[in-house]
Amino acid sequence: MARAVSRNTRIGWTIAAWFVALLIFFPILYAIITSFKSEQEAIAGFDLIPSFTLESYREVQSQYNYFRPFMNSVIIAVGSTVLALLVAIPAAWAMAFSPTKRTKDILMWMLSTKMMPAVAVLVPIYLIFLRTGLLDTRTGLVIVLMLMNLPIVVWMLYTYFREIPGEILEAARMDGATLGQEIMHVLAPMAVPGIASTLLLNIILAWNEAFWTIQLTTTNAAPLSAFIASFSSPQGLFWAKLSAASTLAIAPILIMGWFSQKQLVRGLTFGAVK
Amino acid sequence: MSYLKRALLGASALTVMGIAAQAETLTIATVNNGDMIRMQKMTAPFTEANPDITLEWVTLEENILRERVTTDIATKGGQYDVLTIGTYEVPIWAKQDWLVPLNDLPAEYDAADLLPSISAALSVDNTLYAVPFYGESAMVMYRKDLAEAAGVTIPDSPTWTDIKTAAEKMTNKDGEVYGICLRGKPGWGENMAFLTAMANSYGGRWFDMDWKPQFDSPEWSEALNDYLALMTNYGPPGASSNGFNENLSLFQQGKCGIWIDATVAASFVTDPANSTVTDMVGFAQFPNKEGVDNHGNWLWAWSLAIPASSDAPDAAKKFVAWATSKDYTAQVAATDGWRSAPPGTRTSLYENAEYQAAAPFAAMTLTSMNAANTTKSSVQDIPYSGGQFVAIPEFQGIGTAVGQQFSAALAGQMSAADALAGAQANTTREMTRAGYIK
Repeated sequence: MARAVSRNTRIGWTIAAWFVALLIFFPILYAIITSFKSEQEAIAGFDLIPSFTLESYREVQSQYNYFRPFMNSVIIAVGSTVLALLVAIPAAWAMAFSPTKRTKDILMWMLSTKMMPAVAVLVPIYLIFLRTGLLDTRTGLVIVLMLMNLPIVVWMLYTYFREIPGEILEAARMDGATLGQEIMHVLAPMAVPGIASTLLLNIILAWNEAFWTIQLTTTNAAPLSAFIASFSSPQGLFWAKLSAASTLAIAPILIMGWFSQKQLVRGLTFGAVK
Repeated sequence: MSYLKRALLGASALTVMGIAAQAETLTIATVNNGDMIRMQKMTAPFTEANPDITLEWVTLEENILRERVTTDIATKGGQYDVLTIGTYEVPIWAKQDWLVPLNDLPAEYDAADLLPSISAALSVDNTLYAVPFYGESAMVMYRKDLAEAAGVTIPDSPTWTDIKTAAEKMTNKDGEVYGICLRGKPGWGENMAFLTAMANSYGGRWFDMDWKPQFDSPEWSEALNDYLALMTNYGPPGASSNGFNENLSLFQQGKCGIWIDATVAASFVTDPANSTVTDMVGFAQFPNKEGVDNHGNWLWAWSLAIPASSDAPDAAKKFVAWATSKDYTAQVAATDGWRSAPPGTRTSLYENAEYQAAAPFAAMTLTSMNAANTTKSSVQDIPYSGGQFVAIPEFQGIGTAVGQQFSAALAGQMSAADALAGAQANTTREMTRAGYIK
């Protein structure tokens, strides 16, 4: 039986939710505010009111061509996500609907690879990329980011697939559906919210990745993470320029997140309420 | 189509193919600072004179640049053709045969014109391994108006007692004017650059001839205690978070009486576009302790080097020679004025009357740079080279760890004695682990 929630409680929770949301968003908000300050204002101390100068944006644009790293980011984030889904959907299907006694161990092992610091495998991966000609290529980054995010993608899809009744797939099989048809025409449409949220989350993770994308690129494949890193200066004020570069770099993903928030939330809460 | 036309077209095509075949792309790794960014915008004369060479720039944060370049050189990746590195890396990497020797630059380059201290810092066994793009020492920058109002005089070659006296009299905390601003942010290139130079000027050293750390020596104790006293009594609040950029901002806003830091800051604090104290800045040499003939020996040069793994060393040599040439300096002066000329590399710049007139800090910068001796940075015997650092690969880690101890002492989290004891124990452990201490 549903409990009645008092008006005061609802207002209290709403204020708390807004407070937490603002707390989480504040660093991004402050970076955006700082991007509209002069360098002197930016370093002078905490101040929420900028002078609304566009000087930093002009400087950033004059120093670096934004379009090239932007396109690299798009290709790398989307490419690695699509590839990860192509690998992860069959894998998650097998684990969810045809589990063996080792499935849990395999899932845990996959997740454990995320616990290792990335720098620990920098030299071997760098050497592999060097020998195979993948250094500073978008193909190389698509592969490495796909591998990096694959455990999370498999885990998320596995969780979503587990919510789908196996009987439906069995019924499809009884009707003569092949394995491919079963996944493509029965499982995938039912798991669209889960797949969509996995896709969106993975694009965000790949877009924001800033270790491999900097270590494995120089000029051709450098994405927006390298674009941001280039504005940190050892001698000279740079906070406003760095904030402007960060704002330009995160703007596309913020806009995408804003427009797809319904799908994201729907996917993340998929199966939470039965 | 006539035979002649076909022949002409064929010849043109071959010419184009020939140029394409010879075209080389130089990938230049650099840090983001004003002089480097300016150079990226001023390469037209070079590319016009060398149409077969294309320039690609990779601009990275200083520490990321070191990581990337180190990985690339160690694995012979060949991703870069020109590197921007400092006087810390050059001797270490040259000894590993990671850098291309640059003793064969053309005569018109006039390598003899390079400042002797900089040239020495970029050479190993008299072989030049990098050419300086801009160089710096450290010096005192102070507010002449505040000093005059306080009735103090800072001599051209002050002692630490002179500095303490002036800082005390110039301090007006109620008016947000702090007598002295010094680096406090932890890091081998931040507070430890300053504190190492300060310890040098007190007669201290990092290691004795057996590589035993010397933080338990009276010189280090006196230097650190004086630094903490200066900063606690006359420094700005939150100084343990202040590095070069934060102090620059404070000084430009008129909140510092004295700032002791890199000579390159002189052009920033006298820049009318950004500074409120442009005409009020005086300059003096890095202080020394009475009786110790040592002005810190701070010397740094962002320099261009060619990694041994480059597949275009000849084109790279052409570029580094152009970017550090007298012609490039003249080009900058013609475009942005003499104040903007890359400082601290060539003797001829300091002999130039136009530069002297435009840069009131020129004479003191030259004096400071000429006073630096990176092969003998302490009055005591030392087994290492380097002024405000120790040129060994382990120094980045050790220096930063020690810097954290001293920054904690400045923040009031531990005493000077505890910070020195921690630095001594930590450095002894790391140097033993690295095999220096048997």
